[in-house]
Amino acid sequence: MAGQNVIEVSDLVKKFGSFVANDHLTFSVGKGEIFGFLGANGAGKTTAIKILCGLLAPTSGKATVAGFDVYHQTDKIKQNIGYMSQKFSLYEDLTVKENFRFYGGIYGLSKKQIDNRINELLGTLDLLHVTNESTHALPLGWKQKLAFSLAIIHNPSIVFLDEPTGGVDPITRRQFWDMIYETALSGITVFVTTHYMDEAEYCQRISIMVDGRIEALDTPAVLKKTYNAQTMDEVFLKLARKAKVSNS
Amino acid sequence: MINPSESVVVQDVSKSFGKTVALQSISLSADKGELFGLIGPDGAGKSTLLRILTTLLLPDAGNASIAGYDIVSDYRNIRRIVGYMPGKFSLYQDLTVEENLKFFASIFKTTVAENYDLIRDIYIQLEPFRQRPAGKLSGGMKQKLALCCALIHRPEVLFLDEPTTGVDALSRREFWDMMRRLKKEGITILVSTPYMDEAMLCDRVALMQKGSLLQVDTPAGIIGQYNLPLWAVKGSDIYELIGLLRHFEGTQSVYLFGDSIHLATKDSTVTDTLILSYLQKTISSNIEVYKIEASIEDCFMSLMESEKQTIIAG
Repeated sequence: MAGQNVIEVSDLVKKFGSFVANDHLTFSVGKGEIFGFLGANGAGKTTAIKILCGLLAPTSGKATVAGFDVYHQTDKIKQNIGYMSQKFSLYEDLTVKENFRFYGGIYGLSKKQIDNRINELLGTLDLLHVTNESTHALPLGWKQKLAFSLAIIHNPSIVFLDEPTGGVDPITRRQFWDMIYETALSGITVFVTTHYMDEAEYCQRISIMVDGRIEALDTPAVLKKTYNAQTMDEVFLKLARKAKVSNS
Repeated sequence: MINPSESVVVQDVSKSFGKTVALQSISLSADKGELFGLIGPDGAGKSTLLRILTTLLLPDAGNASIAGYDIVSDYRNIRRIVGYMPGKFSLYQDLTVEENLKFFASIFKTTVAENYDLIRDIYIQLEPFRQRPAGKLSGGMKQKLALCCALIHRPEVLFLDEPTTGVDALSRREFWDMMRRLKKEGITILVSTPYMDEAMLCDRVALMQKGSLLQVDTPAGIIGQYNLPLWAVKGSDIYELIGLLRHFEGTQSVYLFGDSIHLATKDSTVTDTLILSYLQKTISSNIEVYKIEASIEDCFMSLMESEKQTIIAG
């Protein structure tokens, strides 16, 4: 059912000179799904994410995000997605409220809509008391949760999370996944990358990229069965090792 | 009083940056040839401690020594005998792989040839790129080069600041294999990491959080001190299960761990039958409950929780 899919990709290719970063990717992601996008360093994940966010044009193939084409409707895509990475999240010299007003403003929300979202999102996080505090002094875990809230301030169809939990303490990491789960339940699709293999288990489906190709794509349970593995870590290692052997 | 087997000694070291307390009276020691892990999330103080021990920062209070040399008065001697790989890639991006290595060898008044045996296993993988500028290497290759440069003068003590952060699961394993080989050469290694599972690969670890030590021990010792009954709970809808377990009266703590839930119960009166019958009041599909041993991550979270409680109580 194409209408239910927020991401549709078929035969997507991206080349840089003679190097094939994305080699005929085909997959789709459904509405409200938590989709894990895994792969070794250099497997081509970042390139694919850039294309899906409308930041990079593919060499060939088809892809739509939130119903918009990655070649010609990149502005529409940007309005309908949220994005959060570990590296850049908040303007640290602005207060929490100013960050919300800034992001809300960029997405064209009215002052009233922004205030409503502040109450809604900070309320869920139990962080209303930091509304007027400067962001830079807040604990890392809070910053990450705030950054996530900002990424969904405009109720996008899909949110891209690029290693959102790197370096975060284990309790906050789990609270972050509670947020991801709640967000997906509310109908927002979550597209997430991580190097924590336990987190791969929390995704409804996982794709694993190897040398520019999607080598495996299924639910964690099926992948473990297929690769005769106890954990997603084992599945990942089996696939990544195969790539090493074929490279050498 | 210098104990010759102690390669790194840290006594009551504190450091603040303005109002931010980065380290709060830290004491620990690592023996010669030990692989010692500093385990904790961002903001735990791991990098600050490593920078103090490599004589790049002065502590506000406390003492520390490396191979018997004081970090303040003997800093020159320390710089000769330690290797340091910072968390941020810090080699010369516009020099080639080979040039970087030669540069580091020459500032330590040695040659690549003299200590080649120490780095051979790692350098072999870099050899095909030896004419490439360091800035143009992939992340994994940059890390291997940084390690080679930190080793080229055959240091007595090696400090590695989060060498596996942002690195995929396979490259992480390979990096730990390299560290174990270096340990066999008698090099003391202090390595920091935010990945709790890597604690198991160390001889001893310090669990750190917000500038304080939660615990210092062998991984087995830390696990041995976890004193609550711990269960794995599995089922088809893990989020429904965890929601129910949060309201179970026998629950002390409950956390997701991959495809299962780790449930710590308050005491030994809570049995698997009791847990099952509680869950089966709501869920009809298959549920598994069985006893497990704690992982370092279970221990870390339990220590974080008791820390929080002490703060509230105090």
